Amino acid sequence: MDPKIYNPILSEIFFVICGIVFVANAAKAFKDKENPKSKTTGIFWILIAIPFIIGKYIPYTLTGFIICAAAIISATGGVVRTKSVEIAPEEARKNADKIGNVIFIPSLVLAFSAVIVAATGIVSSNNAIGVSAFIGAVVVFIITKAPPKSIVTESTRMIDTMGSVSLLPQLLAALGALFTSCGVGAVVSNLVGVLIPDGSKFIAAAVYCIGMALFTAIMGNGFAAFAVMTVGIGIPFLISQGANPIIVGALGMTAGYCGTLITPMAANFNIMPAALLETKGKYSIIKAQVPVALIMLVIHIVLMYVWAF
Amino acid sequence: MVLLKLLGVLFVVIGFIRKWDTFSTVVAAGIITGLVAVFSGDIKFMEIFEILGKSFVNQRQSTIFVVTVGIIGICERYGLKEKAKDLIMKFKSVTCGRLLSVWLVIRQFSAAFSLRLGGHVQFIRPLILPMAEGAVSAKHGAVDEKDADEVKGLAAASENFGNFFGQLCFMGGSGTLLVASTMTEQGFDVDALQIAAASWPIFGISLVVSIIYFLLFDMKMKKKYGIKNN
Repeated sequence: MDPKIYNPILSEIFFVICGIVFVANAAKAFKDKENPKSKTTGIFWILIAIPFIIGKYIPYTLTGFIICAAAIISATGGVVRTKSVEIAPEEARKNADKIGNVIFIPSLVLAFSAVIVAATGIVSSNNAIGVSAFIGAVVVFIITKAPPKSIVTESTRMIDTMGSVSLLPQLLAALGALFTSCGVGAVVSNLVGVLIPDGSKFIAAAVYCIGMALFTAIMGNGFAAFAVMTVGIGIPFLISQGANPIIVGALGMTAGYCGTLITPMAANFNIMPAALLETKGKYSIIKAQVPVALIMLVIHIVLMYVWAF
Repeated sequence: MVLLKLLGVLFVVIGFIRKWDTFSTVVAAGIITGLVAVFSGDIKFMEIFEILGKSFVNQRQSTIFVVTVGIIGICERYGLKEKAKDLIMKFKSVTCGRLLSVWLVIRQFSAAFSLRLGGHVQFIRPLILPMAEGAVSAKHGAVDEKDADEVKGLAAASENFGNFFGQLCFMGGSGTLLVASTMTEQGFDVDALQIAAASWPIFGISLVVSIIYFLLFDMKMKKKYGIKNN
């Protein structure tokens, strides 16, 4: 990131907007009086909003306690989905017929404007997503003529559908940092070091990619595996030997997804859909995915070795 | 004692396997590891919360996609998924492997451009699978149970391949942001645009591999059942 164009105040504004979305989601929860968990759900989202809105101005230790409090609410089943304005299929069909294919445009604007804004250096890449959201919002309102408040109701509907999992990437990055401070990476790399002969870049790439896939397959989640494997293997055995951290990171994550394709632990992707499609075997989807997953894993190893160094 | 530090890692693994509440599992794993580090004298007790709080605040970037979800939500209400269904319906008369390839291309590009089209519930079961099954019976007649099951597996796979190998190409995606954040937190100067750009080679390679795989299924069906004459 170029420090000249990185604007921390602009970032804070975008984080405050995220915080406001969480507050709105809390307000929606408090209003859902019929829901027995409405209060705890509301409190959870308020707690989450605090680090986004004033995280830079309160002691980090306090934020640490806030996260623990939110975790306790979450652990005791206090966070649920509350009543949203759901989309009726007839409503969407009618709107689709009226608006037509231009409905694809806002999302495309979102993606392309972020890249353009970042690549031309108007704002830093970190802030580009926020800027693209403003451009996307203008475009979506012009195209759909939706009522202004729908940006709030739709945001809370989407966040509520995802639930606390929407915070998982951020939480896992924080966990990675905590692991590093506590020396977990050093322990893992000492253990794995036995497998990797000094300086063998190819074996290091293979151990990292296979490790990502295996760990993801065991946990059913690539995000959680990424923090651990990158701290324990990716950094000490690849990046410290001169591998490009961008390439190691990007390929490491998709190598993990090769593991997602072959595991029943990723139930949302492999098991639940099997029931939905009424397959004869419980593992029919995994069976169909194994050949591509294995070929792609081998390609990841070779590509990382050739490209990252 | 040193190995005890892995308790946190073990806790995450068990928690994800046992499907414990994700949010609290991750926080608890951090605290467990922190406590071991406190006992071995690496950090002080209050530092557990300070590091947790500090890195959570520093990593708010990973959750920045929250500013974009309202736009996607409005698009959904105004028929985004319906128009995607209309688009795929135009490919009614192709073979099973080609149909799945077309869907894969749509799905994977939409993942790369934040379109979030797809899902086994919304697309595969009501649309892609019936079309794929229709294509198989139109070209080859009735097939045995094992092959019918493979069609279902492949239809679900087309969704997963597109989703997984496309999503990192979007710089506002949560996976992309996670990779960038983790690297930044570990002291490397990496941003989401660079991660997204570095994900295109795998996008391209996986698309080719998957399409060849789907087309091989067409050839297998042709060899086994022949082509039905209408």
